[in-house]
Amino acid sequence: MTSYQLLIEPFADYGFMRRALIASVSLGLSAGPVGVLLLLRRMSLIGDAMSHAVLPGAAIGFLVAGGLSLIAMGIGGLVAGISVALLSGFVSRTTILKEDASFATFYLTSLALGVLIVSMRGSNIDLLHVLFGTILAIDAQSLYLVGGVTSLSLIVLAIIYRPLVVECFDPGFLKAVGGYGPVYHFLFLFLVVLNLVASFQTLGTLMAVGIMMLPAAISQLWARTLPMMLVIAASSGALSGFIGLLISYHLGSASGPTIILTSSFIYLVSLCVAPQGVLKQWFYRYKL
Amino acid sequence: MSSPVISLNNVSVAYENQPVIQQISGKFAPGSLTAITGPNGAGKSTLLKTIMGELSPSQGSLERHNIPIRSIGYLPQAADIDRQFPITVYETVLLGLWKQAGPFGGISADLANKAKEALVTVGLKDFERQPISMLSAGQFQRVLFARLLLQNAEVIVLDEPFTAIDAQTTKDLIALVMRWHTEGRTVIAVLHDLKQIRDYFPNVLLLARKLIAWGTTKEVLTTANVLKAVQQSESWFGQLEPTLFNQVETP
Repeated sequence: MTSYQLLIEPFADYGFMRRALIASVSLGLSAGPVGVLLLLRRMSLIGDAMSHAVLPGAAIGFLVAGGLSLIAMGIGGLVAGISVALLSGFVSRTTILKEDASFATFYLTSLALGVLIVSMRGSNIDLLHVLFGTILAIDAQSLYLVGGVTSLSLIVLAIIYRPLVVECFDPGFLKAVGGYGPVYHFLFLFLVVLNLVASFQTLGTLMAVGIMMLPAAISQLWARTLPMMLVIAASSGALSGFIGLLISYHLGSASGPTIILTSSFIYLVSLCVAPQGVLKQWFYRYKL
Repeated sequence: MSSPVISLNNVSVAYENQPVIQQISGKFAPGSLTAITGPNGAGKSTLLKTIMGELSPSQGSLERHNIPIRSIGYLPQAADIDRQFPITVYETVLLGLWKQAGPFGGISADLANKAKEALVTVGLKDFERQPISMLSAGQFQRVLFARLLLQNAEVIVLDEPFTAIDAQTTKDLIALVMRWHTEGRTVIAVLHDLKQIRDYFPNVLLLARKLIAWGTTKEVLTTANVLKAVQQSESWFGQLEPTLFNQVETP
């Protein structure tokens, strides 16, 4: 097999592969940096919870539209995700429950509700589409959504970068200088939900958070400064999309899981050889 | 006496209806250098957070006379900051220019030079590109002082600024605090070390959930007052506070 057949031909010959490539690379570019900030805010599991929380909204959108409608499911997912974020924030600020505990209760309720709605009115295949995504069935409309979310995420992140960073590492200082920390916290959660909504169409609700958190973890193993972490997360997210699609094409495997597993593989390699990885730390510790 | 910078009128603060500090009254004069001290759990940081507007009095009132909170220079406890965050020394110090650059503005070459000068002042000339995670506790505290220098605030509030840092850094940073005092800035610092307070701080607020005494260091840090603070603390917690108790010596 020539390198052209291996790397280029699948995308040159098939429109659905080109659309899938643009969608997955685009998702990686924005979900990676969002994931880095989630990781640094020690909210990795909250990202996972949010990815499940969008399900009932998507399911209601599915019912209202009478099938797999991207717009209806996207709006539904967005509303559900933001509602869970707001409710969890409200509960953690007004009761003894911490934010992770209130997120857990709301996302589990949300997930159960979502599966119930889809199973009542849809088929198992529809449920599988929502849970695991349909990246190879992406149409032009879905591409606009993914591209729009990526552009918006990167622009908003660039604008609120400074207060977001301060809110993350020294919230007391931001409060002291009158920086409106909760506003940036909510804007950031909005970006998380937005990226999850864009991802669940392609990777499914169960794996959407993978394209956020795995590149973020990879970046932390390689870089010590935030700008470099953001670049590495975006690049490794996009690269996972490209390589994952090629592997799934040549091996005939499901695309979404293959993309996430590709990212997992990069993570495992990084865990061994990256400057903050296990081997380097051992070499350093035992002066090998 | 000139009008105070901050005045407390019978201030009480409670967490979940449990009183943490009660009925504190007094004034911070402009240009004063005041240490807030007391046993662990005396409510020192709570009082500081109330001054900074992070907590509201459950009773009484606190007035900042023509001093907006955002113009107060604040050094939180090092434990409140994520020291593993991937940010460089220079980027951290630049935050001291928040008043000029705000959340979205650019940093001019002139402002950038000021940040570099601040790093030189605190003895971290060649540390600009170092991630803060690579710094010792003392070096990190120097970074936070450089940020405070850039804030150029008239009122400076320090929460345990010399805890767990080396002797040389403590000496250098105390020199900076003295400089602020001679420049006429109002400095309020939470401190544990009574000797340090006696050596450098002309005014003291001695706290044990209630106000024990507030005035000049000589008048406040008497053995009787310190013992009273410890006993007061005992009555709250049912145990002695060795850190303060051990330091009860003749002034």
